[in-house]
Order: sequence, then structure tokens, then C-alpha cells
Amino acid sequence: MTILQFFLWSLLKIAVVTVVMLLGIAYTVLLERKLVGRIQNRWGPTRVGPFGLLQPLVDGAKSFLKEDIIPTGVYKPLYILAPILSLGCALISIGVVPFGEPNVGPGGMHLFQIADVNIGLLVILGITSIGVYGIALAGWSSNNKYSLLGSLRSSAQLVSYELALGLSLVGVVMRAGSLNLRVIVESQSSKGMATWNLFGGFQFVAFFIYLMAAYAETNRSPFDLPEAESELTGGYHTEYSSMKFAMFFMSEYGNMITVGCVATLLFLGGWTSPLGELIPAPQNIFVHALMPIFWFVLKVFSFLFLYVWVRGTLPRFRYDQLMNFGWRYLVPLAILNIVATSLWLAYQPLHR
Amino acid sequence: MIPLSWYLLLSATLFSLGVVGFLIKRNLITVFMSIELMLNGVNLSFVTFAHQWHLVKGQIFVFFVMVVAAAEAAVGLAIIIAVFRARSTLAVDRIDLMKL
Amino acid sequence: MHLILFIVFAGLCLAGAINLLLQTHPINSALSLVVVMSSLAVLYLLLGAEFLAAAQIIVYAGAIMVLFTFVVMLLNAGREEHTMGSGVARILGFPAVAVILGVIATVILKAQGLGSAALSDPITSTEDLSRVLFRELLLPFEVTSVLILIAILGAVALARPGGDERRVGK
Repeated sequence: MTILQFFLWSLLKIAVVTVVMLLGIAYTVLLERKLVGRIQNRWGPTRVGPFGLLQPLVDGAKSFLKEDIIPTGVYKPLYILAPILSLGCALISIGVVPFGEPNVGPGGMHLFQIADVNIGLLVILGITSIGVYGIALAGWSSNNKYSLLGSLRSSAQLVSYELALGLSLVGVVMRAGSLNLRVIVESQSSKGMATWNLFGGFQFVAFFIYLMAAYAETNRSPFDLPEAESELTGGYHTEYSSMKFAMFFMSEYGNMITVGCVATLLFLGGWTSPLGELIPAPQNIFVHALMPIFWFVLKVFSFLFLYVWVRGTLPRFRYDQLMNFGWRYLVPLAILNIVATSLWLAYQPLHR
Repeated sequence: MIPLSWYLLLSATLFSLGVVGFLIKRNLITVFMSIELMLNGVNLSFVTFAHQWHLVKGQIFVFFVMVVAAAEAAVGLAIIIAVFRARSTLAVDRIDLMKL
Repeated sequence: MHLILFIVFAGLCLAGAINLLLQTHPINSALSLVVVMSSLAVLYLLLGAEFLAAAQIIVYAGAIMVLFTFVVMLLNAGREEHTMGSGVARILGFPAVAVILGVIATVILKAQGLGSAALSDPITSTEDLSRVLFRELLLPFEVTSVLILIAILGAVALARPGGDERRVGK
């Protein structure tokens, strides 16, 4: 494959993934509104299109057409940079996620993954940690005490929970012996659900820690303190309007999708079928290529469903409770999980 | 193909810029940042030499430098907060109680 | 390809470092340092140190610099005052820095047998790195963990508003 072909294919993959991701973000918002509506015994959006399915389109148009207000007191360069940084980091990390089986494209290329990186997991963690700047700068440059409080809360929360998040993934990485996301998925693909890291790998403690830390990392309920409406009038995006606000909104949902993808890859067997070999492999080549995508999307969807379910169910934590929970319970638990997993691996003579 | 001396020159330049920052900046936090810049410059030459001699230990040295830098940042920023609490300024010229 | 990547990111690196010196507000300096660190991560990648590149982003750009911006925001430190304190630093410092840079540069340029880097060079895998780290250098690794622990304790003890604060303050 020449370098020109490589560039063209990469650009095509990037374009497709970006469009799908943005559509996914839009429909995750709709999913959330619908589900929370049902949980609260109302209908959610129903007016635009059948079952309100065109609602995201209208929402997008609305935020585009609103007036873009830049308050006079803000520090302008950073005020404008912050939402771009936020959305950029939310969209970039999808680039290393493998959606389907490798080597299915022409010339044995990865059709369902933009970049196959040896350290894919670390790339995702790194980009997530850069995303903190978006929120921190937004709050500081807004020149507003609620924004500043929200962003201080958020940076502290993100930095603290990143520790628990990273430590919870160590067990999985030790089991797979690699940081490459594709290898991690293949290590749990042999017998379907029974060899998922969540069940067969006995990583359910790690999954629980990951789940909690992921809610905190994406600023979602019950840990949505940085934008707690009842205390901070909206937190770090109080001063943002129109498209800039929409960018923060989209980055939140983009992060949710990324976190769902990582959970799927690391704990739920990625693109492999949960039934393992019980279903015979389909003969049709297109079905064969698209089945993994179906399973992947289904798993990410159920993760997002869980997200919304939790949001509709649990009340918000208090800030000191949040920090206590993170540092006093999650981090020691994650370390215990690492110790237990490594002991277990060491006593397995057949492993390696 | 890039000669490794370019990387080394870049690392030396970064280090010198760090020293210049350490000398001319008057804000405690920025002075501290210049130190981080110097550490980064040195790290680059460690990685370059690890590449030159195909030794992994050079990279591990960078890893240790990062760890020490993290510890240093934690303690240093705690000192800065304590100083700010006591003197309510960060200008290094005003923090001169110990001067004769 | 390697040349283009090197020029772009080395340029970004130098621009960030110079911007750090020119900016008067600490938060701008902090952000330009983040740019320096991120482009250094790309340079590490070019030199085949992929784990270090990730660690550079996660530890430096994602943790240490966040701490810096956090402190800048917390103290809400304003612009730097241009007092230009000690003249000694300017008179003796700049020539000294120039001399040091000149000496290092001549040594580097005179050095024989320095190799070159290309994109096709082998990449140091995380496995190799951890094998050396946890077999040969286990003791230093454990000692650094003790160092980190001491640093945490020190930071907590320093930043906590203690009983003797009144004595220091007034």
C-alpha cells in the first residue's frame, strides 16, 4: 500500500467515524431525554418526527441559530479555546478504538479501526487527561465565581478519579499482557461471555471501580458536581451560550461514548459475540464483517443505557463525600484488585 | 533520517531557555515552571542517548525523572500555597524576609 | 516524513518554550509549557519510546501541569510585576547561559559516531521497558515509591492550614 493510499483510506475512515460519532452523540442525547422521561413517568420529546426521532436535528439547529454572547469580562483567547479543546479531546480518542475484526479491508488493512497503536489504552487515558484543561480553562477564563468553583471542583475530581480509573484497568492489562486494545479483546474472545474479563476474568471489582470512576470522569450524575445546577447555576459553562455551550454538551456525550467503548473493549469482550461459538459464523461476507459491529454497538448502547438509568435513579453526591469515596474506597480497592489479580496469575502455571 | 545531534541541540536549547526563564521570571509559579522546562530538556537528551546506544535504561531514567518531577511539583506547589497564604504575594522580590 | 514531523514538533516545542518566557500571565506560561510537553511526547515517539510518550502526556501534561494551572486558578495570581529584581542575574546570567549553550552545541556538533533516527527504527516495547525496570532496577523503583509517599506527606503537611500559621503570618 503506497503512502497516498494510506492517507486516502485514513481520511475516509476518519470522516466516517467522525460523522457516526457526531450522530451517536446527537442520538445519545435523545436516548437520555426519552429514557429519563420514561423513568419520571412522562413521554420525553415526541413532537418532531415519529417518536421525536428528529429532535436532535432541531436541537442542533437551535444551538446554531442562537446568539453567541461573549461577556465583556472574560479572558477571550482561553474562553474560545476551552470548548474547542474539550470537544477535540472527546472526539480524538475514538481514533484508537477497534470496532470490528482486524484485517478485513483490502490489502489486509484495519477497516474498522483508524489507527492500530501498541499503546492504545494509554493513548485514550492520555487524551482524557488533556481534556481536563477544557473544563479548567472554561471556568477560569469566564471570570465568574460559579464557573471558577465548578472548574476547580471538576479538575480536582478528574485528577483524583483518573487514578482509580487507571488502577482499575491494570488488572485487565495484566491478564492480556498488552496495552494494545485489539490484543486485549482477542485475549477474551475464545469462549464468548465466559471468557469476558468481567465474568471469566474475575475482574468484576475492577469493572465496578471503572464504572464509578467513569461516571466521575465524564461529570455525569451522580457525580455531576462541576455543573450542579442547584448550587452552581451550571458550573463551568455558566457563561457559555449557543454553539460554544453545545460544544461542551457534545463533548460530555462524546466522552460518555468513549468511556462506553473502553468498557466494552476491556471488560465486555469488544466486538466478539457474547455467545461465542454457539452461533455458527455467517457465510455471507458482508454479514460476517458487520456482525462484530452489531455486537460492539449493542454493548456500547447497553453501557449508555446504564448511564442514563443511573442518572434517573440516584441523587447527587456531596463534594466531600465524592472525594472520600474516591480516595478512601476506590483507590485502595483498585490496588487490592491488582494484588489479587497478580497473585492469581502467578499461581496459574498454565498461563504463559 | 535525522541526525541525532539535532535532537541533542533541541534538548540543549530547551534547557538553556529554562535557565533563562529561571533568571528573568519574577513569579514564583513561573520560576517553578522554568525548572520543569529544564527537566524536560534533559529528558529529551536521555531518550536520544537511549536511542543511540539501543539501551532501555536511558528511557527508564526518564521515567524516574518524571516520578521525581511529580513529587517535586506536589511539594513545591504546597510550599507556594503556604507562602501565598503567609505573604499573599507570589513575586519573588517581595518574599525577602530572610534577606539581610 | 520524519524530517517534516521533527521540524513541526521541534518548532512547536521551541515556540512554546519562548512563549513561556514572553508571557506575563502565569496561566499562559503554563499552557505554553503544556504545548512544549505534548510536542516532546511526539518527539519521544519519533525516537521509538512509545511508553514514555504516553507517560509524558499522562504524567506531565495531564497531572503535573493540571496541578500548576489548578494552583494558578486557586491563588488567582495576577500578572507578573516587572521589577526585574537582581541585576546580577541579568549581567552574569545571560552570558553564562550563552556560553553554556555554545559549549554544549560545539561538543554535540563535534561528537563522532552519533547515529541518526528514522521512522523505520525499532520501537522499544513496553514489555522490554518493564522487564528491565522490574528485574534489574527493582530497588530504585521501590525507593522512588517511598519518595512519592514522603512527598505526599510533605505536601499535605505544608498545605494544611496548621496551628503555627498565625506565627508565620503575623
